[in-house]
Amino acid sequence: MMRNQLLLASAAALCLAVPGFATADTSDKQIALSNNYAGNSWRQAMLTSWEKVTGAAVEEGVVAAADAFTTAENQVTEQAAQIQNLILQGYDAIVLNAASPTGLNGAVKEACDAGIIVVSFDGVVTEPCAWRIAVDFQEMGRSQIEYLAGRLPDGGNLLEIRGLAGVFVDDEISAGIHAGVEEYPQFEIVGSVHGDWASDVAQRAVAGILPSLPDVQGVVTQGGDGYGAAQAFAATDREMPIIVMGNRHDELTWWKEQKDANGYETMSVSIAPGVSTLAFWVAQQVLDGVEVPKDLTVPFLRIDQDNLEENLETTQEGGVANVEYTLEDAQAVIAAASE
Amino acid sequence: MSLRIPVDTIRLAVPVLALSALLIAVFWLQPRAMSYLGLNLLFNLAVPIALATVAQMFILAVNDLDLSMGAFVSFAACVTATFLHSSPLLGALILAAAVAVYAAMGAIIHLRNLPSIVVTLGMSFVWTGIAVLLLPAPGGAAPAWVRSLMTAKPPLVPMAIVASVVIALVTHLILMRTSLGVLIRAVGGNQQSVARAGWSPLLAKAAAYALAGTFAVLAGIALVGLTTSADANIALRYTLLSIAGVILGGGEFVGGRVSPVGAVIGALTLALAGSFLSFLRISPDWQIGAQGAILVIVLALRLFLNKLERQERGG
Repeated sequence: MMRNQLLLASAAALCLAVPGFATADTSDKQIALSNNYAGNSWRQAMLTSWEKVTGAAVEEGVVAAADAFTTAENQVTEQAAQIQNLILQGYDAIVLNAASPTGLNGAVKEACDAGIIVVSFDGVVTEPCAWRIAVDFQEMGRSQIEYLAGRLPDGGNLLEIRGLAGVFVDDEISAGIHAGVEEYPQFEIVGSVHGDWASDVAQRAVAGILPSLPDVQGVVTQGGDGYGAAQAFAATDREMPIIVMGNRHDELTWWKEQKDANGYETMSVSIAPGVSTLAFWVAQQVLDGVEVPKDLTVPFLRIDQDNLEENLETTQEGGVANVEYTLEDAQAVIAAASE
Repeated sequence: MSLRIPVDTIRLAVPVLALSALLIAVFWLQPRAMSYLGLNLLFNLAVPIALATVAQMFILAVNDLDLSMGAFVSFAACVTATFLHSSPLLGALILAAAVAVYAAMGAIIHLRNLPSIVVTLGMSFVWTGIAVLLLPAPGGAAPAWVRSLMTAKPPLVPMAIVASVVIALVTHLILMRTSLGVLIRAVGGNQQSVARAGWSPLLAKAAAYALAGTFAVLAGIALVGLTTSADANIALRYTLLSIAGVILGGGEFVGGRVSPVGAVIGALTLALAGSFLSFLRISPDWQIGAQGAILVIVLALRLFLNKLERQERGG
């Protein structure tokens, strides 16, 4: 009896003595990341961010574990089996980047029925019991026109570089761009090419269409294609238009060079791979008992003239600008969705 | 050696041992799996794989190989998630027609003496093409009866185990206990002697392909019952998994030597191997390699036993 009290007292003293001792209710909870693909730089950065942020969270005792699992073949059946294994392994929450929006619903339902929190992000799932952190691609397109309207109040001719034909993301961003042009009718899209989100493809496509175009004041893009477009314009005697960038290292580097040489101004927008860490914090908040709406929206990572240098510095060569989210960021996103 | 164990029993012993060893290892790594819910989670995705594996087994029984299995199961899944859901009669008709195409494929392969690998590889693009037309984007919905069948909770033994036992029993009866089954295996063994004995190898091959088509359709339906929706590429892994499952279960590529019970066990072993590696926390980069290693170990064991078998016969 006496000994127990002593133990308790010393434990309490220890808690007080260690500064920053986390007292979250989730300290015994385990979170798993189920990821369907790791074969490009965006996904690699996503996994690195996950490791960095969750590693620190585990060390601080916010959660007990946060392990990442990636399937080898990017197949629905394989990831469904993986989720079922994670259920068996006793995780309290599964953070999910899904291979299919609907194909995993059966496995996700199994997880929910077992009392597990499922938070999907980037590749979200439609199963109603899961949380979704989705990207508002339309807004990403629309915000480009809004920016250009601020820079060019009189409007002008725009060249649109699209992504990979037939892919959902390409349709969404383009729909947003066209909605933006309707909102700001002083702009006109005079040409449209597919750049496949790749610099070399975009350069060829833009070089091919340029001779048939009138003067172009702005280029709206989808990311990964801005550097190629700039190269295509540089090869002609046209004036360099405002090319919206997509946070890639080559795009930011070129922008920085131009900025230093002639004060070139533009902006850059894309989704940070660190969104996986946002999903982690959302899962932690749900485990903590916070009331979280099922549908959340990923904030964009926007780079402007004044924060170009710091973002370029932290971006790896060949990679994409990244940001790791904090608990406070997640709380802000939740609060925005709760309104 | 005085102790005489039937050859077929030895052939079945390896897959049974492999499955038991893996199961014990999984239980040891993850005691939670040793429960009704746990066994169901471990094995429910193995049910469509087992169905695809026995489908592949019927093809292997007549010395052929079906490289369109994954594409065909995906196609069947797409039909299940679209037509079978919205207009069941039309859906059933389409699936029946697909089985008829399989039978015709078997007949043509026999009549024109074509290599099955080439024909089925060609057909795989046809199936994928139709599947993409049906479901250009992932979607569709599982018919309610399929969903409730696949998520049923029978007393004592989980659905996945019940289904596996039923599949093994039914295919065993068809292939081992009916005259048609004997005929199919005989075509794999020696086609000429079947023809000389007055039987029709054409009929046997068409029947084998029709049976394969039927079980592949069932695989597609079962898969949709688990995933609740389909896409055109949902079962692409099944081509290799089904072949590996048959071989792992004691089947041979030639000679009509296949084992239905072994094939189901082989499919379960493959599914379990994935969970085992996941519980071991092996990095995903190594998982495919490790899965291959498990296959190699089992096959090496098989070769060793085959050698024993031959020695026994020789001596």
